[in-house]
Amino acid sequence: MWYLCVFFHRLLDYRKPEVESLAELFGAFGDNQNGDFSSKNRSLEWKLPLHHHPDSPFHFVNLPSEDVARNIANRSILVKGMYELWGEGGSYEELKDSILSYPDERKLPYLDSNSTFKITVDTFGKVTSFQEQKELIQGLSYIPFKGQVKLKNPDHNFWLIETDDYGANNGLPPIVQKSIFFAREVGSADRKLIPTYQLKSRKYLGPTAMDAEMAFLMANQAVATSGKLVYDPFVGTGSILVAAAHFGAMTMGADIDIRVVRDGRGPDCNVWSNFKQYGLPMPIGLLRADNNLPPWRPGLKEVFDAIICDPPYGVRAGGRKSGGRKLLKGAVEPYVVPDDKRTDHIPSTASYSLVECVHDLLDLAARMLIMGGRLVFFYPVLREDDFAANHFPEHPCFKLIATSEQILSSRYSRVLLTMVKTDPYTEELAEAARLKHIDFRENHLKWLEDGNLHSAVFSPADAHLTLTGDSKFTKEPKPKYRGKYV
Amino acid sequence: MRLLTHNMLSSNIKGVTNGFPLRIEAEKVVEKVVEMNADFLKKMFEKIDWKAFADASRAMGYAELPEEADSSMLESDEFLQRYHHALLELHLEEGALICPETGRRFPVNKGIPNMLLHEDEV
Repeated sequence: MWYLCVFFHRLLDYRKPEVESLAELFGAFGDNQNGDFSSKNRSLEWKLPLHHHPDSPFHFVNLPSEDVARNIANRSILVKGMYELWGEGGSYEELKDSILSYPDERKLPYLDSNSTFKITVDTFGKVTSFQEQKELIQGLSYIPFKGQVKLKNPDHNFWLIETDDYGANNGLPPIVQKSIFFAREVGSADRKLIPTYQLKSRKYLGPTAMDAEMAFLMANQAVATSGKLVYDPFVGTGSILVAAAHFGAMTMGADIDIRVVRDGRGPDCNVWSNFKQYGLPMPIGLLRADNNLPPWRPGLKEVFDAIICDPPYGVRAGGRKSGGRKLLKGAVEPYVVPDDKRTDHIPSTASYSLVECVHDLLDLAARMLIMGGRLVFFYPVLREDDFAANHFPEHPCFKLIATSEQILSSRYSRVLLTMVKTDPYTEELAEAARLKHIDFRENHLKWLEDGNLHSAVFSPADAHLTLTGDSKFTKEPKPKYRGKYV
Repeated sequence: MRLLTHNMLSSNIKGVTNGFPLRIEAEKVVEKVVEMNADFLKKMFEKIDWKAFADASRAMGYAELPEEADSSMLESDEFLQRYHHALLELHLEEGALICPETGRRFPVNKGIPNMLLHEDEV
């Protein structure tokens, strides 16, 4: 059945992938047992209301049942509500005809005299006064409401939603015609999560702690839920795992910086305390380990249900790996730690480029994820490059199912990649992946080598302008309302 | 560090071939109550190296696990309870993990095993 899906008008790229991930979680695509993971369809059918721009907050989505629609809406971060549409039109006359022609058997059960109801007027792109709202509601008297009005927790919520010419205010292209929807609410989102988990009230924070809204979106992309084990190899202060734990997943994290995972800022200000603060179960494992040389036992595979992380890309935080002084181009012999100093020795680390980091991450995920498990991570892109021409890392064990861009500055953005493991890990595939990686590194990733991304983001503005100055006139400017501008 | 983590770790020093299981040197073991999730335990049962797990639980001072186990035992609530307790509720707070081949100590402080290698071990 088709439902009207209304989104919050933000993080536009993340909206449909989130609904599709949750649809998978709530069984919209059938059971996962013995599934063929590569050919499995993980996308939903979508439609736009007449004349609406793809970035419009109004969409129609085809879902197998009302329960699925409700579950998706209740857990989603970006869905404002899912509704059963009773009528739509460009004017109130059209709306009336449309509502009256909607089949009675769909309407009457919700208009029963033993039920309570409420009608809410909502508008997108304009403000309506209480008086106008009252008049609009009274204008619906042709619908035979028999129930009692109840403003708090009614049995049925009805919405009258009007969109107007919002183009002037938010950068969306002007709409051709106003549209009005009348719909019954099936489920709505719980945005209270975000103020509860917002970073400014979090006890232990690092410079790259993941914003709460984004962390929840990542956990939803990873379909984190009770009984699943989620791993973050760059755990830091645990900000991503907090979101996964909120949804009931067991969590495990590693970081190369022992001060971050072990010490924090004191006994009540560390990774553990971030979970305690929200009454969440503690991570079942935290360790100090190097993503380049992970300490997993040989033969261990397919243990994690999802890997979610924000790898260090060297813009706000750089990556480190083991083996510092050894790597000084052979000029220095491998440093040998004297026996009497071994106990408290602090090993030096070497810088860890994003290219290598992503390769290790894919290799780890290919081995350690269960079949059908998800790898969700951020990947930086420079905005000067044509977005369509951007190449994302690939691995033969994985299928890329969603890419969602979040613009961070005029120069770069980060893209949340969601991959599903579709093929089992074998030594041959690992080798094929290594060769593919080398090719990828040579062809697409030059700019991601040590420091290049950092300098692209932080180099003086003048140099940047002269470089791109000529092409400015030929290229369409990026629309500003994507990502953080909405 | 819980025994689930212990069961996943090995010494990955360059040249070491038998880095698993790491021997536990327990200085301080604490117990933390964790809600039991039978599905999770059953799923993990297939991934765990039982022998290493049972030995590790003894090193932590818990001797209630059988030497060998097979999946039919998961039907028993009593077994599940013990397995749950050993896997997720026993914590090595202070101590060390010892590489079975080289004897290298990987310290565990405040419950965090430090698996990072020295420069001459990678």
